[in-house]
Amino acid sequence: MPASKEQLEEIALSRKEYNLIVSKLGREPTEVELGMFGSLWSEHCGYKHSKALLKRFPTSGKYVLIKPGEENAGVIDIGDGQVIGFKIESHNHPSYIEPYQGAATGVGGIVRDIFTMGLRPIALANSLRFGPMSDPHNRYLMGGVVGGIAGYGNCLGIADVCGEIYFDQCYSGNPLVNALCLGIGRREDLTRARASGAGNLVMLVGADTGRDGLHGASGLASRTFEEQRELRSAVQVGNPFMEKLLIEACLELTRTGWIVGLQDCGAAGLTSAAIEAADKGDSGLDIDVAKVPRREKGMTPYEVMLSESQERMVVIVKKGYEDRVRDLFDRWGLHSDIIGKVTDDGMATIRDGGKVVAHAPVKYLNNPPVYRFRPKRPAWLDDLQELNLKRINDIMPGDAGKILLRLLAAPNICSKRQVFRQYDHQVGNNSVVLPGDGDAAVLRIQETTKAYTLVTDGNGRYCYVNPLVGGVIAVAEAARNTACMGARPMAITNCLNFGNPERNDVMYQMHQCILGMSQACRKLKTPVVSGNVSLYNETRGVAIFPTPVVGMVGLIKDVKRHCTAGFKSEGDAVFLLGDPGDEQALGSSEYLELIHGVVRGTQTIDLRTEKNLHDLLIKAIDRGLLRSAHDCSDGGLAVTLAESCIIGGIGFKGDLPARGRLDSMLFGEAQSRAVVSVSPGTVRKLEEMAFKHRVPVTRLGTVGGGRFILRGLADLPVNDLVKAWSSGI
Amino acid sequence: MKFGIVVFPGTWSDRDCYYSVHNICGQDAVYIWHKETDLAGCDCIILPGGFSYGDYLRTGAIARFSPVMEAVADFSKKGRPVIGICNGFQVLCEANLLPGVLRQNEHLQYRCQWTYLKTENSSTPFTNKCKKGQVLKIPISHYEGRYYASDDVIKGLEDGGLVAFRYGTPGGEITTAANPNGALNNIAGIVNKKGNVLGMMPHPERSCEDILGSIDGNIIWESIIASI
Repeated sequence: MPASKEQLEEIALSRKEYNLIVSKLGREPTEVELGMFGSLWSEHCGYKHSKALLKRFPTSGKYVLIKPGEENAGVIDIGDGQVIGFKIESHNHPSYIEPYQGAATGVGGIVRDIFTMGLRPIALANSLRFGPMSDPHNRYLMGGVVGGIAGYGNCLGIADVCGEIYFDQCYSGNPLVNALCLGIGRREDLTRARASGAGNLVMLVGADTGRDGLHGASGLASRTFEEQRELRSAVQVGNPFMEKLLIEACLELTRTGWIVGLQDCGAAGLTSAAIEAADKGDSGLDIDVAKVPRREKGMTPYEVMLSESQERMVVIVKKGYEDRVRDLFDRWGLHSDIIGKVTDDGMATIRDGGKVVAHAPVKYLNNPPVYRFRPKRPAWLDDLQELNLKRINDIMPGDAGKILLRLLAAPNICSKRQVFRQYDHQVGNNSVVLPGDGDAAVLRIQETTKAYTLVTDGNGRYCYVNPLVGGVIAVAEAARNTACMGARPMAITNCLNFGNPERNDVMYQMHQCILGMSQACRKLKTPVVSGNVSLYNETRGVAIFPTPVVGMVGLIKDVKRHCTAGFKSEGDAVFLLGDPGDEQALGSSEYLELIHGVVRGTQTIDLRTEKNLHDLLIKAIDRGLLRSAHDCSDGGLAVTLAESCIIGGIGFKGDLPARGRLDSMLFGEAQSRAVVSVSPGTVRKLEEMAFKHRVPVTRLGTVGGGRFILRGLADLPVNDLVKAWSSGI
Repeated sequence: MKFGIVVFPGTWSDRDCYYSVHNICGQDAVYIWHKETDLAGCDCIILPGGFSYGDYLRTGAIARFSPVMEAVADFSKKGRPVIGICNGFQVLCEANLLPGVLRQNEHLQYRCQWTYLKTENSSTPFTNKCKKGQVLKIPISHYEGRYYASDDVIKGLEDGGLVAFRYGTPGGEITTAANPNGALNNIAGIVNKKGNVLGMMPHPERSCEDILGSIDGNIIWESIIASI
């Protein structure tokens, strides 16, 4: 009997897709088969709306070892036999419905992706977006999300080292919670998520299976919140203690040689874990759901196959080693059961005791249709990108200080200490630059002289006004942050958060953002090694800003040669590296929105100029020339200078380059700039080096005293800056 | 000398403790699984930080029943040094090897930050390398770190000189603002009457290298080494 409209709606499959399944199988699918197809062909697991576009990303480079889609996370080779794996993933919809558990299980899921590969998870990062804090519901959401990230990550003992938080009305009905995990290990310990070798055993380890999280992938992550539905049961509940035991047990297991593969149960639970592993191993599987331990009675085979109960792993055990593997898990107090075996017939055979409830080819299940689009440029973008400054009054010189304080206290700019002090950012004994001290986190690599940096970045407003340029800037700014620490950018992971892809405008935004990001990745030599796509981020027809988030990893050869953002010593000379920019730099700026309530006007960026700046920063820091370096971004030059004073706890006195409108000089967000300081004796050296790298250099003033002085514009005690900056959220 | 680092399910600062006493201080160190009853000839036992048993029920409440804890209690009764850090401090209190309890932070939030500890007693096996009143820069990372006990217990600790460390300013002043969790009398660490069991919320194992921001944690390890 063909599936009903209601059935298809529940698993978010179209009638056309259903008919495709029937024609492939040559018959109607069984109930369990339909559920499995629904999950694997969901946007969340199957990437059917984004796969064609994702091919645009450059994915190879000198550091890349494992590319996107090959395993649970991308891996780069950092030399000396060591590798780093990292990936970012969204948990947006669950976090809206149940913020604490939604965010907590987001962390749990991304951590599993890392240790599944045999790498020890050692760093977490995140990127969050909420509606304005003036709405109590948004405060509730943020409190829950931050609590969930802290509650889960702290219990695991993984340092949460960096992140970003932005607020905008468009995220009110749809907050974004993107979590990144990074792991490190020896190259030879890398473990594959693959089921192969007929007769090898399929073992399920960890938590029992319950009804939580049914239809998480298909129902929750793959459609909008148009209808009022009871979706809470689609959110899972996390148990970080169980996850911690799984980390230790699985890392021990990956060093034994007793297994052929390891895969976590994430979205779509046992279905995706088993089918994806079988597909990668070109194998079939024969699983008996009656052998799956349950949390509750009366669960159907359908429910067992689709449950998203957390903290479960699928282990493909070499035949004959099952007792040893079970003993290992027993020692960690973890439950393990053999639920099936690997076959060589290429079929996914699911039994419930004696009865076969699904029997479909793995290759069909794991190959959803790919949709291609040629979206048209929406007409409204032309108007949005134009910035007519005649209608916006420039500021009076006497108001500069007052406006600066307002910007410093703006939620999008102010200190996020209230948030990050709730995360353990030091466990692991690797954290060299802590949150708030620099543009990126710096973590040393034990028993070497090397260090790596980690940063997350993305500006939804830029992408909304100009998705192509916004995409370029997302990557460029992450790389600039990385370079400001003295690190060479190596690779990125990304989380692509967009609205409903079935709408032309959203598809256009995604298309352009991906093109922009790809351009930047090519020019800045930072291939994409992993990522995640989160679509349908809209509620009642209101889509979020297109918000691609970049997570970037950089390498520092000598950990001692790194830099931080705060000014250091009395008398150091302060410079702007990069072109001061013109009036158009006010486009899409924080200033324009906060002070004038205007969101329009495109930013511009030249990637060659950008690259020159990075090369200069990295070289100057490697030579020990820079005392501080801080990326000039949200809030412009005045905010950047003020932040270097706040972080360094010391004053500044100087002038701004006099050119054009005052507000654009102070608060314009021209790209490819950084504020640096050097000791007085090395001024000429910096100028020479900048000249060689073709980077414009402008002397701004001198570090010292307890006041922040821009002559003729602002004269404020640093303490006032600190007060404003600390009061934003 | 040889440090024994106890590992409960859910412990995570075991590796950091190992790194700091072995790689930095150059001492022998072994992990001791919670099911062991033999302390393997160790000279000092560390109960490290983490979330033993997920901190379910109450912090440290389940770990105290681990087989290893009986051996640790015997070890301490012989006057040999035991240091409990963070979750280890909570376990020591639950096991009645130290008085008092660690309650939820006053602000009901987790806190990870640098703290400045004023050494109140520099004659214990854990602080003998500290100058009188020396301030140590050592970070905290906890949700349940607010030391609490009845008035007479607090009086006993104060009168007996059993408060090892107090939260203070970088200059060593004991102020309310410098108290990160609402602990009574700004107490960050205490010793038992014999002085051979120390419990402290801050993490000395995280502050043993310049590159990580402080080397003050080493003073505690060096004190222990000197006392053996």
